[in-house]
Amino acid sequence: MVNDNLVDNIVSEPYKYGFVTEIESEKISKGINEDIIRLISSKKNEPEYLLNFRLNAFKKWQAMEEPDWADLGYEAIDYQDIIYYSAPKQQEKITSLDEVDPKLLETFDKLGIPLTEQKRLTNVAVDAVFDSVSIATTFKEQLAEHGVIFCSISEAIKDHSDLIEKYLGSVIPASDNYFAALNSAVFSDGSFVYIPKNVTCPMDLSSYFRINSGDSGQFERTLIIAEEASSVSYLEGCTAPMFDTNTLHAAVVELVALDDASIKYSTVQNWYAGNEQGVGGIFNFVTKRGKCLGKRSKISWSQVETGSAITWKYPSCILIGEESVGEFYSVALTNNLQQADTGTKMIHIGPKTKSTIVSKGISAGKSSNSYRGLVKIGSKAKGARNYSQCDSMLIGDKAAANTFPYIQSQQPNSEVEHEASTCRISEDQLFYLQSRGIEFEEAVSMMVSGFCRDVFNQLPMEFAAEADKLLSLKLEGSVG
Amino acid sequence: MKSKKETKKPLLEIHDLFASTENLTILKGVNISINPGEIHAIMGRNGCGKSTLSKIIAGHPSYEITGGKIKLSGTDIEPLEPEERAQSGIFLGFQYPIEIPGVSNLEFLRVATNARRKFLKKEELDTFEFEDLVKEKLEIVKMEPTFLNRSINQGFSGGEKKRNEILQMALLEPKIAILDETDSGLDIDALRIVASGIKKIANENCGIILITHYQRLLDEIKPDFVHVMANGKIIKTGNSELALELEKNGYEWTDKFIDKT
Repeated sequence: MVNDNLVDNIVSEPYKYGFVTEIESEKISKGINEDIIRLISSKKNEPEYLLNFRLNAFKKWQAMEEPDWADLGYEAIDYQDIIYYSAPKQQEKITSLDEVDPKLLETFDKLGIPLTEQKRLTNVAVDAVFDSVSIATTFKEQLAEHGVIFCSISEAIKDHSDLIEKYLGSVIPASDNYFAALNSAVFSDGSFVYIPKNVTCPMDLSSYFRINSGDSGQFERTLIIAEEASSVSYLEGCTAPMFDTNTLHAAVVELVALDDASIKYSTVQNWYAGNEQGVGGIFNFVTKRGKCLGKRSKISWSQVETGSAITWKYPSCILIGEESVGEFYSVALTNNLQQADTGTKMIHIGPKTKSTIVSKGISAGKSSNSYRGLVKIGSKAKGARNYSQCDSMLIGDKAAANTFPYIQSQQPNSEVEHEASTCRISEDQLFYLQSRGIEFEEAVSMMVSGFCRDVFNQLPMEFAAEADKLLSLKLEGSVG
Repeated sequence: MKSKKETKKPLLEIHDLFASTENLTILKGVNISINPGEIHAIMGRNGCGKSTLSKIIAGHPSYEITGGKIKLSGTDIEPLEPEERAQSGIFLGFQYPIEIPGVSNLEFLRVATNARRKFLKKEELDTFEFEDLVKEKLEIVKMEPTFLNRSINQGFSGGEKKRNEILQMALLEPKIAILDETDSGLDIDALRIVASGIKKIANENCGIILITHYQRLLDEIKPDFVHVMANGKIIKTGNSELALELEKNGYEWTDKFIDKT
């Protein structure tokens, strides 16, 4: 097949965010034990309750085993060979952006996330996280006028300990799973969002995660609380340099929505994926979950997953409040030797709860791409409804796609619908478009974005452009 | 028209064309020359190489030209990619138009039309300008505008697919249109719509090749020339009378023209 090689070329566009920032870092020694956890906690001047939270999580983690049920194959991770805290060296107390190391600002500039007042994005507030620490959060004061709290989680631990104590671990307890337990023990930074009652967040909030160091893991933690009748749209982006070693990224994201609140959480994940031979790349083991506590609350996850050597990620919704709504819209693109096992869990507990799942997997090269999803209707979820659609697209003849849907219902008065399809970009489809004057690359890209349309329509405007850019980065390139 | 013909340069010249796929030689020395304004019909048994010829002209990557030349307005098109051939005015109406899920028909038609316009150094059309144009062209094939919002050919009936091909031809205004069994699988009404569409698009600057098995299309569109293909070659050429003769006597009657050497 002549065209298969061309398709390969197109999806193998080199990674554009693979540079390393030369900056002196403060790193602690490798490995994990109680002393390391105490050290991380003391570096962050944490209150006692948080240290206990960490130590408790560490004990649980030690008693757990790494899960192996996912359709992923990788060399065992040596958890003693990882540095659990790495922070760029800079002044102790930073009060304004002027004091941030220019190299760091430059890094985020290069990533298209300018932080300085003159250049920063005008419609999105950004929390920029570099390795283990948050560098800066923009528009804090403006948001505070509306009562919105947007800061790094380290700051929140100090300044808003009532909220942290109440909600941290309330959606994903430390014992939830192996990687969540590890994160709970060693998490270094991340973002915190609090939207007060009746407030519609005046702008989109965003976190940008950058891994710079090759031997340290990134363990960020995000917590978003939306009080009654509030709403927020949150965006998350991530990149990392190219190293020939694997870097572990084990994040935890918890969302809480009270009565009539709505949270929209969108991710464009573009961690370094490893090279064509599968050397290097990020191991991305992430636990994301939202709790629709309140009546008529709504949590919507949308994700565009294009990076990482391994992706293990199931953003989920626990639908407790009556008539609450959970949504999951996902595009996962894998290429070369990337492996993705991703999907969602929709747990219907309250009556008349609704959930929608739309998953689009695209596998190219020799990659493997699995959708794994659970829809569970509890005994009290009378009138609950779910609609799931899982589509896979194969590019070339060496890629694999799987769908693992699990459906459990304890409530006869409920509806669960599941649709699945698999397709392949065929030579004849490409030829059809070409024979109408459409360039080969554009033809591939039209077919891929056509395939993803249902999901792209769900992304916020600001992000849709970025996702589009990202997909075209992966899909455009030298033909022939 | 006929008197002018002599002075015109041929639009499409196929000279001693040999082509193969997967080491199988399918075309074994095809010669054909088409002037502006001419309509040619190519007939012949299944497997004689008619569809292969059309795909090779359009640049399908599964076939390889092993000898001979194809020229469009005097330029050899072999080095051109399929999209470049389309932009320069070659149009292939497919026998089996393929379904492309998720890609909107309207968007596809707009991108294709603009690619051709760009080549012709005409201004590209924005969404609104294009909608006006496409609505006008929809009349030609008697299609509803709702048709445009669907995915390319997805869930279209056989007749709708063929009408969509003719719609594309109307938008792209090709120099040479090759219509591969556009009449197959159509009922009488759909055939009339398609045939009248082709006639409306045809003009003195454009050449048309109709690949068909049936006289009924040629009753609607009278060809200037009829070629009979067998075993990868054109074995007989005549005027529209030849098609009638074929209809009466079958392809067996033409076997005597096959060059046994």
